[in-house]
Formats: sequence, C-alpha cells, structure tokens
Amino acid sequence: MHSDRIKEKTINNRKMKNDIILSGVGGQGILSIAAVIGLAAVENNLFLKQSEVHGMSQRGGDVQSHLRLSGKPIASDLIPSGKADLIISMEPMESLRYLPWLSKTGWLVTSSNPFINIPDYPPLEAVLNEIKKIRNHLILDADAMAKEAGSLKAGNMVILGAASRFIDLPFLSIENGVRKLFIRKGDDIAEINIRALRAGRRIN
Amino acid sequence: MQKLLLLGDEAIALAAVDAGLSGMYAYPGTPSTEIMEFIQASPEAAERGIHREWSSNEKTALEAALGMSYTGKRAMAAMKHVGLNVAADTFINSAITGVNGGLVVVAADDPSMHSSQNEQDSRFYGKFAFVPVFEPSDQQQAYDMVFDAFELSEKCKLPVLFRITTRLAHSRSPISRKAAQPEKKMKMPDEPRQFVLLPAIARKRYRILLSAYESLKYDNRISKYNTFRDGSNRKLGIITCGIAYNYLMENFPDGGPDLPVLRITAYPFPADIIRDITGRCEEILILEEGYPLVEEALRGLLDNNLKILGRLDGTVPRDGELNPSIVARALGLLLAPQLAVPEIVKARPPSFCKGCGHSDTFNAIIEALRSFGMEGVFSDIGCYTLAALPPYSFINSCVDMGASVTMAVGAADAGLFPSVAVIGDSTFTHSGMTGLLDAVVKNSPVTIIISDNSTTGMTGGQKSQATGRLEMICAGIGVGPEHIRVIVPLRKNHDDNVRVMKEEFSYRGVSVIISSRECIQTASRRKRSTTEK
Ligand code: SF4
Repeated sequence: MHSDRIKEKTINNRKMKNDIILSGVGGQGILSIAAVIGLAAVENNLFLKQSEVHGMSQRGGDVQSHLRLSGKPIASDLIPSGKADLIISMEPMESLRYLPWLSKTGWLVTSSNPFINIPDYPPLEAVLNEIKKIRNHLILDADAMAKEAGSLKAGNMVILGAASRFIDLPFLSIENGVRKLFIRKGDDIAEINIRALRAGRRIN
Repeated sequence: MQKLLLLGDEAIALAAVDAGLSGMYAYPGTPSTEIMEFIQASPEAAERGIHREWSSNEKTALEAALGMSYTGKRAMAAMKHVGLNVAADTFINSAITGVNGGLVVVAADDPSMHSSQNEQDSRFYGKFAFVPVFEPSDQQQAYDMVFDAFELSEKCKLPVLFRITTRLAHSRSPISRKAAQPEKKMKMPDEPRQFVLLPAIARKRYRILLSAYESLKYDNRISKYNTFRDGSNRKLGIITCGIAYNYLMENFPDGGPDLPVLRITAYPFPADIIRDITGRCEEILILEEGYPLVEEALRGLLDNNLKILGRLDGTVPRDGELNPSIVARALGLLLAPQLAVPEIVKARPPSFCKGCGHSDTFNAIIEALRSFGMEGVFSDIGCYTLAALPPYSFINSCVDMGASVTMAVGAADAGLFPSVAVIGDSTFTHSGMTGLLDAVVKNSPVTIIISDNSTTGMTGGQKSQATGRLEMICAGIGVGPEHIRVIVPLRKNHDDNVRVMKEEFSYRGVSVIISSRECIQTASRRKRSTTEK
C-alpha cells in the first residue's frame, strides 16, 4: 500500500463517486457499516443512496447492501453490474457472491473468517484462492483484530477501517460517524469501535 | 436544515406525521414494516398522541383507518402487497363510501419476491377500485407526494393508494422536510348516509365514484406527477413508471437520453400524453416495475401498428424486479464487463437463529408425526416456515396467512388423519382464529400447533396481539379445555412434548397445542433495553 493513498483525501465534490457493495451473513453488522458511511457522507454534503435487505434473509441468510455516494444526484438505488468500486464483505465466501458487480479496477476487502452455517460450505483455502484471483483484494483476520480492540463484535468496524482507504471520505468523518452511531450504547462501546476502525485502517 | 437519511418507508412515515396525520394503522409485513415502526419511535407522534398501535391484520387496520377518516381526521394504513388482498374488501368498498378525512393506503410490493409468496402489482387494485394511485420514483418524491395524497384524498373524497416497491421502501436517501401541518379537527361527514352501503345508496355512491374517477385526469395533483420530456431522436419513445425512471437515467449519467420520455408516477395515467408520444415515435419502450399494466392498456386487443416493446414481447423480462442493467439491455446499450460468481460459492438460505424455540417445536413434531407414518404438516407464514428447508423439510404448505388451519380442516374432511397445522401466534390472531372456529363447529379431527414466540418474528419482532391471550382465545372459540395443551419447546422437554403431541394427534376432534417460548432475538433485545435504562 502506498502511503499517499492513506493521506487524507480532499473531496472533489462534483467528481466524487463511490459505488460500494456490502456483503455478509444476516446479523454480521453490515448495516452498521452502511450507517457509518452514510453519516460521514451526510457530513460531507454528498448525495447518497443505500439499498438494504430486510426480512426473510436476515435470518442467517446472505445479505447485501448497495451503497452509492456521489457529488451529483444519484439515479438508481441499485449499482449496475460491473460498476462497483468496492466490495466490503464480512465473510469470505459472501464477498465472491457479488463479483458480477465489481468493476475491473474495483477493490475487494473482506474478512478471512468464514461463517459456516450451511452443510456444503467450501474449503476455506479454495475460497481464499478465488479471492486472490481478483486483481485488487485485501483479506484480513477481522475477528482477531476486533478481539484485540476489545470486542469480537467490532469486526465490522475493522473491515470498514481497512476499506476506508478506498472510500473518498476523510477518515475523520468516518470516525465521527462511528462515534455518532455507537455513542448511544455507551462511551466504552464507542471507543472499542473506534479502536477497531483504526486497527483496520492501519493494515497493509 | 440538515437532511435526514431515511428509508423510503421512513420518508413516507415522516411525511404523514408532517402532513397532520392522526392515526397510523398497520400489520407488519416486509417491505412495509418500517412505516409504522418509524411513527412508533417518533417523538412528535408521541407528543401529539398520534394513534400508532399495530392492528391484528390488514383488514382491521384499514377499517380502523377508515373510521378515523370518517371523523374528518387524516389516517394512513400501511401493508405489504399481499396484505392488501386481506384488506381488499374494505379497500374496494371504501372507494364507494368515499372518505371524509384524508385516507392514504400504502401498499408495498415485492417484485422478485425477496420476502413474499408472490409479486402482485398493487396498481391493479387502484384501477379495480377506481382510486388514484401514486407511485413515487424516489424517497424525496415519496415524502413530497404524501402531502398531495392527503389533499387529493380530501378533495376528491377518495382513498388514495400509495404504491411502493422493495427498492424504494428499503433504500435510504437524504430527505429535506417541509413545514409541518396541524392535525384536522373532528368533523363528521356532511352526508350522514355516505358510509351506509345499502344497495340503493351504494348505487348512487358508485355513480359518484365513477365520475370522480373521470375527473381525476384533470386534477393538478395527478398531472404534475406525470411529466413529459421531448427528445430529438424520434425512433424510440420511452414510458417509465415509478422507480423504473431511475434505472433509465442511470444509463445516461449526462442528463438523460435524447429521446422523448414520459415519466408516470400518478394514475390514472395520462392518456393524452401517451397518445402524443406514441404519435411522434416509431417505437415505444415501456419500463414498469411490476406487471405490464400500462403496456397492456396500450397494446389493447387490436394491433395499432405501433411497435410496443416491454415485458410482453420479451424486450424486458416478463417477471422479476428491474435494474439498470436490464434497462440497458432493453435499450441495446453496451454493458460493463462482468466477472462470474465462482462455482464454489454455495447458496446460503435463511435458517432459524441458534436456539430458536421453533426448532425445538419442529424436532418434537417430526418425531411425533413420524410415529403415525406422516411426513409433514400444513404450515403458515412466519419464521417457522423455514422448517420447509433442510434439515427439517417437514412443511407441505405455505399459502397465505391462516391457511394452515383451514387447509388442515379441508384435508381432514377428505379423511387425512392426523391432520396437523403449524401456525405462529401472530399469524393465528391475524387470520387463524376464524378457521379454528370452523374446525370447532364441525368437530374436525385436526391438531393446530401454535408455535408461540410471543412476537412477530420474521419482520423483526413487533408486538404480537396474541401474547398472553392464546389459551383464552382457543377456549373462547370452543376448543375443549382438556385439548388445549401448553408446552415449552426446550431440548430438555423434548420427550414430554413428543408425548403430548402423540396424544393429541390420536384424538379425533379439535386440539390445540400452544408451544410457547419467546423469540430469542426479541428476548435479548428486551434484556438489553432494560439494562440500558
Ligand atoms: S427471529 Fe426469533 S422466531 Fe425467528 S428464527 Fe430467530 S429466534 Fe426464531
């Protein structure tokens, strides 16, 4: 990773466009990732559309969310196939389910920790090998990093931290978003999540 | 003012509050649930004392909303598309009675059946009932339209159908608010017999309805939402309905195609503009989310020489939700290259949460029923429907709310024994109780298992009307007290529960087994909220 990528970005509002697919298994907290990015986007006066999955599949099924940020009004709630700039996934096999949306130059950021609730889950090695075939990918052990930050539940913020370098938002805004979202659960919870976010951001 | 980041559902709810709503009525159903939830959580709604309790089902919800409208106040009823089937009797007749205070009925359709048993298009109900339909294409428009919907409802004295689809309901976007309006004062209908649909009155009211529907075309609150933009290329004209407009525009990021485009977001659709656009173009492409309602109207029975492209000729897939890529294909545009999903990726269907009481209930049912040589039960709609999937695979039906009870009765009529239904607590009070009465009256040999998780689980844990009342209800309906059995679905009770089930399955009369343990999601949320306070 080049250090200039990690440097704070200034947003060129009109040109800014990030199309992001969030994926995981129901209950893994992808909607919290979306909520944080949403808060940060609003803070930066960006246009935003974020389509979520509610209902049946939230019971341990595959879930995804299309999140679109732009300096200009956004037409569709759904990202056209082949045009996502980023896939952020809480689960390695789930990250592959949405490859038809990823653009040739897009990044895939995923946790390496499998969520096995089906009998025919493929061997993890094979899953990781498929991910490594993608030109731009980043795989990280979100569980371990979250535990170190203070709670296994903060894995989603680790992943967001790692993905944040590919999102054209100031990191500070994302931190503010985390604080805003988690503060109602208490200062300590907010701190753990910020620690997790920063840990993810530092990953190379 | 800073914009609020809201789901389409929430934008509609907020608009209703801001437009002076006095009563919100609903039964939970994806993708409509968040409308009521937003109002229940709204401090303004609490302060104003807006009515915001869940109803037993969509029909009772709409009837109560109509009652509030009767008093001159503004009411909204919200439901998923199939919920409108349940409320259809009220809906169709409320067009004939007409309304007094503004009445807006939100129907949230689910094309592609993300969380539903069909993908019916509620716009047909609007046409069927002769009421205006709004179909917003984005969240801000949804917010703004609610104000017009209430005004139009009061002006033309008709309920207004507000049709949305999953993508709008469950997608967030920043919303700017309008100035809030006060609630309406109570004022009974000017015509005291307006709501009395005796045939002689109904015939009069029906004629009033027909002429009111005719004059809707001239109403500015409809026409301003149907906009035409000309283009210099006359080879193809495009008609979009609702959210389909967004998918068209997504393909032309620099301000739209150079083609004539008619954007429809309110019905009755503008026949004159359609004639105009079809007159000037060689071909017409119709993009609508849902059934080909406009397309069928245009094609008619006789070919009119115009080339019409849409869902009926295969230019657009006949079923399922639209998206930008489908629209690009329909227009013959180049698609971005796509990676394939690797073969090792396996389907991940939803399943019971770990420790869910339904799974213990089904483990007992399976063992008990297999001893009678039976493979499966009639079932219903809720989390427990997941027992249709492995490892259980023990459900033979899931049709509509309450159908488990009555299908078991019908099968018992035919001689099936034991005939067993599994229904959730909330589904039971929604539409299972009347079926149970049928069974009691003719003493059908059926066993109804109420898998009671004390919540409406599938939609995220809304309050269940049944909680704490099931035994009383069943006894009141007339089930013999010795055949109302209450069990707790826990692994340690498995053998006892199997025994109770076997006893009741052998009984040649109506029995009810209430298998009761709170949904673990609801339970842990409740614990969390009490410790936080
Ligand atoms: S939400 Fe509740 S009822 Fe539904 S599967 Fe989970 S624990 Fe069971």
